[in-house]
Amino acid sequence: MSAERKTPQAAGDTQDRAAAASEPDAARDPGDLRLISRATYLKEKALQNLFLACAFVAVAGVLLIFLFVGLRGWPIFAKVGLWRFLTGTRWLPSQGFFGVATMIANSFLVMLGALVFGTPLALGTAVFLSEVASPRVRAVVRPAVELLAGIPSVIYGFFGLIVLRPFIAAWSNSLGLGLLTVSLVLAVMIVPTIAAISEDAMRSLSPGIREASYAMGATTWQTIWRVLLPAAKIGIIDAVILGMGRAIGETMAVVMVAGNAPVVPHSLFQPLLTVTAAIVMDMSYASGDHRTALFGLAIILFVISMSFVAALRLLSRIGGGEE
Amino acid sequence: MDTKRVTNALALGFLWVAAGSTVLILGTLIGYVFIKGVGSLSLSFIFTAPQGVKAEGGIWPTIVATVYVTTLAMLIVTPVAVLAAVYLAEYAVQGRAVRLIRFAADTLASVPSIVMGLFGFALFVEAMHFGFSMLSAALALSFLMLPIVMRTTEEAIRAVPKYIRWGSYGLGATKWQTVRRTVLPAAMPRIITGIILATGRAVGETAVVIYTMGTSINLPLSPLDTGRSMTTHLYILATEGINLPTAYGTALLLMIMILSFNLIARYIVRRNRRMQG
Repeated sequence: MSAERKTPQAAGDTQDRAAAASEPDAARDPGDLRLISRATYLKEKALQNLFLACAFVAVAGVLLIFLFVGLRGWPIFAKVGLWRFLTGTRWLPSQGFFGVATMIANSFLVMLGALVFGTPLALGTAVFLSEVASPRVRAVVRPAVELLAGIPSVIYGFFGLIVLRPFIAAWSNSLGLGLLTVSLVLAVMIVPTIAAISEDAMRSLSPGIREASYAMGATTWQTIWRVLLPAAKIGIIDAVILGMGRAIGETMAVVMVAGNAPVVPHSLFQPLLTVTAAIVMDMSYASGDHRTALFGLAIILFVISMSFVAALRLLSRIGGGEE
Repeated sequence: MDTKRVTNALALGFLWVAAGSTVLILGTLIGYVFIKGVGSLSLSFIFTAPQGVKAEGGIWPTIVATVYVTTLAMLIVTPVAVLAAVYLAEYAVQGRAVRLIRFAADTLASVPSIVMGLFGFALFVEAMHFGFSMLSAALALSFLMLPIVMRTTEEAIRAVPKYIRWGSYGLGATKWQTVRRTVLPAAMPRIITGIILATGRAVGETAVVIYTMGTSINLPLSPLDTGRSMTTHLYILATEGINLPTAYGTALLLMIMILSFNLIARYIVRRNRRMQG
C-alpha cells in the first residue's frame, strides 16, 4: 500500500496526492461490495466495468489516432524511407521529393520564437498575480488571462494578419509575414497556458518560506527571485513545456501569418512553412503520395507532442523524488 | 543598500508591465474586433445566407453548422467523460491502468488540432463512410473535448466532501447509489462549468472541422449533411481577403459566443461558491 502511494502523479494532479493520502479508507470502504446481496453485487460490478470502459475511451482515442493517421502515412515512410523523409530538405511533392526537415526545423523555430516573447510575459504575469497583485487588481488580471485562453486560434490569426502584419511590414519593409509575426502571435497564445500553471505552482508553495525570507529583511523581488522561483522551478518548467506543446501544434493562426514558403528563413521577416501549415496548405489539393506524406507529417507531429507529455511525466517523477 | 531597493522597484515595475500588457492585449483584441465588426452585425446578417462569389449577405448556415456540431459533440462526450471521471475519482485504485488512462487523457489534450482533423478525416469521413458531415465533425470534436470534461469532472467529484458520502453509506446505499444520488448532484455545478468550457473550445475549433465537415456553405439538417462552420468561414474570408466586413462580423459573433460561454461558466462557479458559503 505504501509503495503504491508513492507512485508518480500526473503533472499538476495535486488532487491525486490528497486522494492518495486518504487511501487507507479504501481498505474499509463503506461501499465494499461484499456487504450486499448477489443481485446488487452484480449490478454494481457491471456498472463499475462500464465506467472503466468509459475511462478507456481516452486510451482507445490515442490508439485510434496512431492507427488511422499512422496507417495512412506509413506508405510514404516505406517508399522514401523514414530517415530520408525526416532529414531531406527538399519538399517538392510534385517531383517526388519528400523531405520535411525544413518544416520540422521551422516548427521548432517558431516555437522558440514564441517562448522568447511569451515566457517573460507569462511568468511576469504569473508572479504578479501570486505575489504582487492586490485582490482587486487580481480580480481583473486573472479573468483576463483565462479569457485569452478561450479566444479561438482563427481569431488570433485574423488579428495577426489584419493588425500586426501591416505594422511589421511597414517597419521591416517586407511582406510582414514570417518568423517575427508568427512568434508574436504564438507568444500571446501561450501566455494563458504558462501563466495559469506557473501561478498555481507559486501559490502552492508553503507561505512559511515567504515569511522566512521577508523576516530576514529581503525585499519582495529578492524573495521572488532567490526563494520562490527556485522553489516553484518544477511547476514552471511544466508550464513552459505545455506552452511549447501548444506552440508547436498550433495550426490556423500560424497558417494565416507565416507566409508559407518551404525554406529556412534567413531573416525574421521572411515567410516560412511549418509542419502544421504545410498540412493545411496542401490538404486541399494533394493526392496520392503527396497526401500520404501529409499524413506522415501529421503522425510525426503527434509523436513530437506526445513526447512533450512524456517529458512532463518524467519531470513530475523527478520532482516527486525530490520532495 | 540602495541598489537593493532600486532593483526591487525595477523588477516590480517589470511585473506590473507584464501583467498590464496581458490585460492590454486582451482589451485590444476584443476592442478591435468589436469596433470593426459591430457595423456588420444586424438581424439580416445573422439570419440570411451568404450570396454570390464574395459571400455577401448573412452567415446563417455557418451559425447553424457551428451550433449543430458543438451540440452534437457535447451530447456525445458528456456521458462518456463524466462516467470516466466517476471511475477515476471514485472507483479506481492507483496502479498501472489508471496511469495509462491519465497518460492517454493528457496526450489527447495535447494533440495538435490539425492531427485531430486528419484523424477525423481518415476514420469518420473515409473509413466509416460518414462523409463530410456534422456527425464526423462532432465525433472528432468529442475526442478533443473528452480530456477537458474528464479533468474538470474529476476535480469536481474530488472536491465533494467525504462526509457526504459517509452519510449516504450510513443509510445503506451502495456505491453507485451514493455516486448518483449524492456525489454527482453535489458536483453538478462544476461539472456543467467544465462542459461549457469544453464546448466553448469546440466552437472556436477550425482545423478539426475543416477536414470533417467540409467547407461548402450548406444549411445542415440531418447529421449526415455537410456544412461550413463560422471559424472556417472566417478563415476563408480572411485569407482570401474577399469580404472583410463579413469577416469582422463573423469574428465578432464568434467572440461574443465564446466570451458568453466563459462568463456563464464563471457565473455558475461564483454562484455555487456563494451558496456553499
